[in-house]
Amino acid sequence: MLGLNKRDTRFLIIVILLTLFTPFLLQPFPEESALAQFNGGYPDLMAKIAIFGIFAMGFNILFGLTGYLSFGHAAFLGVGSYAAVWMFKLLTMNVFPAIIVAVLVAGLFSAVIGYISLRRSGIYFSILTLAMAEMSYRLAYSVLTPITNGETGLQVRDSDPRILDGADAAQYPNLFGLELSQSWKLELASHVFTFNVGFYFCAVVAIVMFYISLRIARSPFGLVLKAIKSNQTRLNYTGMNTRPYTLAAFVISGMYAGLAGGLMAVMDPLAGAERMVWTASGEVVIMTILGGAGTLLGPVLGAGAIKYLENIFSKINENVLHEWFAFLPDGMEDAVIWLIARFTGEGWHLTLGVMFMAVVIFLPGGLVEGGGRIAAWFRRKPAAGAGAGGGDGDGDGDPEHHPKPTPRIATLGD
Amino acid sequence: MDAIFLQILNGLDKGSAYALIALGLTLIFGTLGVVNFAHGALFMLGAFCAVTLQKLFGLSYTVIDETQKDFLGNPLKVEVSYLEGWFGPEIGGALADWSVPLSILLAIPIMVAIGFVMERGLIKHFYKRPHADQILVTFGLAIVLQEVVKYFFGANPIQTPAPQAFRGALDFGVLVGFEPGAVIYPFWRLIYFLFAAVLIGAVFAFLRFTTFGMVVRAGMADRETVGLLGINIDRRFTIMFGMASAVAGLAGVMYTPILSPHYHMGMDFLVISFVVVVVGGMGSLPGAVAAGFLLGILQSFASMNEIKAVIPGIDQVIIYLVAIVILLVRPRGLMGKAGVMEE
Repeated sequence: MLGLNKRDTRFLIIVILLTLFTPFLLQPFPEESALAQFNGGYPDLMAKIAIFGIFAMGFNILFGLTGYLSFGHAAFLGVGSYAAVWMFKLLTMNVFPAIIVAVLVAGLFSAVIGYISLRRSGIYFSILTLAMAEMSYRLAYSVLTPITNGETGLQVRDSDPRILDGADAAQYPNLFGLELSQSWKLELASHVFTFNVGFYFCAVVAIVMFYISLRIARSPFGLVLKAIKSNQTRLNYTGMNTRPYTLAAFVISGMYAGLAGGLMAVMDPLAGAERMVWTASGEVVIMTILGGAGTLLGPVLGAGAIKYLENIFSKINENVLHEWFAFLPDGMEDAVIWLIARFTGEGWHLTLGVMFMAVVIFLPGGLVEGGGRIAAWFRRKPAAGAGAGGGDGDGDGDPEHHPKPTPRIATLGD
Repeated sequence: MDAIFLQILNGLDKGSAYALIALGLTLIFGTLGVVNFAHGALFMLGAFCAVTLQKLFGLSYTVIDETQKDFLGNPLKVEVSYLEGWFGPEIGGALADWSVPLSILLAIPIMVAIGFVMERGLIKHFYKRPHADQILVTFGLAIVLQEVVKYFFGANPIQTPAPQAFRGALDFGVLVGFEPGAVIYPFWRLIYFLFAAVLIGAVFAFLRFTTFGMVVRAGMADRETVGLLGINIDRRFTIMFGMASAVAGLAGVMYTPILSPHYHMGMDFLVISFVVVVVGGMGSLPGAVAAGFLLGILQSFASMNEIKAVIPGIDQVIIYLVAIVILLVRPRGLMGKAGVMEE
């Protein structure tokens, strides 16, 4: 289906289902129960997960597939946001022109930066992209203030021209009149599920982008990108010019970032330069690594995990902790709460840093590798049990590692 | 002419900081081959050594002073710092006043220890991993260090003044023959530059004139051969890591009167220091120092009003522009050796 083989189709369908049922999946606990604060099923967070998922997917095409570590990807996100808000100001509050222009502008911008940065690879490439992004960030704050509105950030105002909109058109980002902030609530056995237009819009875009990245990874083009990652020199020696491929990967991932920036502006029509600062680029690197660079689903999982944990951890303050640990003896309770409070609430960044270090040190393949290891562990266990239960004397359930000695000579003798 | 002279002077103090951080980065890269994104955090930790000492010196207890009365006639409570209590008001006051230079004594052992722990505990396991992994794990470490400092000292910048004697400014122009008042330069910045020059000189002398330094240089050139000669090169490189960490820390300590330390300052300096290293040439110590001063001075020239009027915004981006041009035209940097990381 859609040019995918059976396995990938199944994979895509699972992803589509997971995405569309996010409002249920992130809302597992009943309202007013003690665990309700772990619910993440509100539109703002879900849309953020979808948006950062797109951003990380695009980053993964450059870093995971091609092996170029860019430390300046937030610049494209910022440019996309600015372009989208300008479309809101000049043309219409409909989201489509904004998103299309955001993607195009980010693509153009990344083509320029990529053309220059891709002349080098390795650490030099990282530093070149870092320098370019830092330059854009600083320019956005200083000289480009007429375009970016400096520290205040670019906002939509009533006095903007909006030449395509009529006098009575909606004042908020909309899909041909359907406002994105609209949502419906479903109450089911003390659970409250929220279905928001904005989230579903982002989710559908994310699914489309996931499909595109799946196709890229499976295409001959994707194969070349993987070859570049594993050994670029050898590829050059075989007479292949890799530059157009790396540039294409760079521009594609820049366009993903621009799309994410455009969607951010769609969810909240505001663009500021702080989206372009280099630590924001670091954040998408963290997401991709945490999920698993080079895998398709990893970056999305990483983005989801980080945004979800950020929301939940920031909400846990000392009062909440006191409620949780009230069963402990007093002195121990205080000690435990003190320790946990360092990592929650204000201390979320500490958790992020520790988590990130732990993943790079112990699990370079990210969550996906971790999941794979756990799955392998479970698979091996029942197999070993069956082998022992069979009692065939050899005690092996794994024919590959302990092949039975074939009595070749004996059969010949017979 | 005096304006140009003033800009050169202005560039020197920032340039000294860049040069010191870049020197440490290059030492680590040249010896261990590790790209250390946590080096900015080491600079920040050094600055907070000065803050810690200032706070320690400021610890006080209350005494009831019978000679002073408030308006009701009760004896006043007076805060007396421990230092003044122990050493008398004069020496105690002088110690508190000189807390920033004195923190050097505190910072050296602390920073060396941090460097050792970092190298043995974390970096050691990343020698053979790709540069991207090294960047990522040290970036994570930088976030952790930053957040720990933020917990202990808060998010706001903390004032750490220079000693009273160095707080004024010097009419530097008179010394070199300009009119009085044309070139005014704060004392402390001059001291920072001299301090940086001495420190850089010491590092170079250490590497050039001691046996230890000779072995380290040999190890930088060919680690394997030095190892085969029966020298424990790993231990020496660990010591060099501690030294690089101390250099970054000292750069931070002395920078506190110029810029009030805050937990985020390391990240701000880190990006520029990497640019400095690249411009100077990856792995070249003189290159790092020269590029540090060069970029510092260029930056201060670019922030002159005359230049900003011609090219608006140039003061914000000059460093990055220079770096981009250098990387594209001469990838090995100003003084880099041919063939070292030239990809």
